[in-house]
Amino acid sequence: MDEFIVGLIAATLRVATPLIFATLGELFCERAGVLNLGIEGTMFLGAFVGFTAASMTGSLWIGLLAAAISGILSGLLMSLLSVRLGVNQHVSGLGITLLLISLSLFSYRIIFGESKIPPSINSFDLLKIFSDNPVLGPIFSQYLLTYIAIAIIPVVWYILFRTTFGLNIRAVGENPEATDAAGINVYKLRTSALMIGGALMAIGGSFITLAQLGSFTFGIIAGRGWVCISLVIFGNWHPIKVLLGALLFGGVSALQLRLQLKGLKLPYEIFLALPYIVTIIALTIAGRNASYPAALLKPYKRE
Amino acid sequence: MKKKLTIFVAVLMVLALSLGACQKAVPAPTEAPKTEAPVATEAPVVEMPKVVKVFGAFATAIEEPWDGVIHHALKEAEANGQIEYSYTDDIGYAGDMERILREVAEQQKPDLIIGDAFGNEEAVRRVASDYPEIAFAFGSGFGPSGDNFSVFDNWIHEPAYLCGLLAGGLSKTGIIGVVGGVPVPEVNRITNAFIQGVKETNPEAKVLVSFINSWFDPAAAKEAAIAQIGAGADVLFAERFGVIEAAAEKGLFAFGNMSDQNELAPDFVVSSAVWNMTPTVQYLIEQVKGGTYTSQDLKDFSMVGKGGASLAPFHGLESKIPADLLALVKTKEEAIKAGLFRVDIDEAQPGAVN
Repeated sequence: MDEFIVGLIAATLRVATPLIFATLGELFCERAGVLNLGIEGTMFLGAFVGFTAASMTGSLWIGLLAAAISGILSGLLMSLLSVRLGVNQHVSGLGITLLLISLSLFSYRIIFGESKIPPSINSFDLLKIFSDNPVLGPIFSQYLLTYIAIAIIPVVWYILFRTTFGLNIRAVGENPEATDAAGINVYKLRTSALMIGGALMAIGGSFITLAQLGSFTFGIIAGRGWVCISLVIFGNWHPIKVLLGALLFGGVSALQLRLQLKGLKLPYEIFLALPYIVTIIALTIAGRNASYPAALLKPYKRE
Repeated sequence: MKKKLTIFVAVLMVLALSLGACQKAVPAPTEAPKTEAPVATEAPVVEMPKVVKVFGAFATAIEEPWDGVIHHALKEAEANGQIEYSYTDDIGYAGDMERILREVAEQQKPDLIIGDAFGNEEAVRRVASDYPEIAFAFGSGFGPSGDNFSVFDNWIHEPAYLCGLLAGGLSKTGIIGVVGGVPVPEVNRITNAFIQGVKETNPEAKVLVSFINSWFDPAAAKEAAIAQIGAGADVLFAERFGVIEAAAEKGLFAFGNMSDQNELAPDFVVSSAVWNMTPTVQYLIEQVKGGTYTSQDLKDFSMVGKGGASLAPFHGLESKIPADLLALVKTKEEAIKAGLFRVDIDEAQPGAVN
């Protein structure tokens, strides 16, 4: 039973890592008043660019950096469409997701050809902390990026709630007119929030190729971006609660895989649906008190 | 008498002439093709095209291993100059298949269309019945139809069974894991044959089976494999990508599926159940070329007997396999090749614990 729980906790953290990064990224965007549905595509792009850069240069860190840069560019594109041009945020976000996934796959075929087996790299190693301890060893044996993901949460909290920049971001998300009247450039702030958000989303995506798998194939993100959108609502736009949401989803995902193996006479689909059912239930409970940023989805036009 | 003599001489001369003619006629057959050759080959050019025009219609991306196997066999035929090949992939299941097939049938007019009908069965069959002059050969869980719609599938349960024999013999914990995509008949067939193999070399063994309900989510497949390892599994069968990564990380043996996947982890992938579409493609090319194409179930061409399925080479890992186990696998493999041993075809969904 011990092994069951230890394995479960370790898996929870692994599954939650890309979700934490990307959800924090989405949180930045939404706090500034932009729903970024480009998240799925940005994660995909990050996974692809990170992998490609790492496989070409042989450096995983360069891969990570390249992924972050690709995410920043994706954020800039979202900003151009939804902030500068005032295009509907749903349309521009979904458009960006479609564009970035197709662009990544197109480039993938050009760069890697049509191999029968996905190309692979030597991915980040699991850290060896307390490796002698049978309980703590497996739990703390995580990728460095998992620790970074957790460490970044208080940083995001601090930036959003204790700095002028964070105050301004929240202000443009609540009342851009008033913020503008106070002499703050709404466009610039929203753009920078989208750039930071994009970088975090792309890093989340690249975790899968650079750490978890060490290879890139089609469908590598498999809807994780959409999960992050609901986690932001679940977390009520607060970084600490977002962590709880990511851990809940990751935890139930890891749990269902282990429950499947218990040999219960239930259709496996029930287990697979469990994380989503729990998320929906959690959302209906948490979502009742949801306090959306007031200016979310509203393009700002200076008059 | 004189008259008789002249007749006799005349007969002799005629004989001599005809003999001479015969002698002259001897080299004629060798000369004839030289002069008649253009005529002889011209006719087939009209009736049977030298290069078969093939179109590939794939519902998933060709990077997906199942469609990838078909695509690579067609690429090989193209490289050999046998076919003229073009394709569209990632067509999906939202109705684009029928539109694309109709456009291709109208505009490109290929001799043969190969693809996968899974999830697009009705649409593909509808188009096939509207274009009887085009040969259709599609991956399908159902039967052939009409005069021009043939079906094939990856019948790699035989090598999967051989992998099972090896897995059962290699496991120390007696727990073996299988991670599959979706429990469709094809996946069930492979999984059940693998389990059959395991039980033969290790009757006490427990085989854990997880499905991720996706053809493409290697990260989820890896997590499923890690969960199995946590439950004691020490040998894994990777129906999908992602499982071998987990095995390599934990230093466990694994078996690949669809293509030889040793490259993914050369020290840990003992072998793979390999599907090879070349025999099917070659047969189809011949039939279409010869004008003898009819609809049929091409199953046999994807099995070991005709070279359509095989156990991948061990890539040096045979040293890790006990000699008697290796001998057993070789014997069974030969028996399957010789048609003296049949692996059961069981398409029922396997339970989570077997």
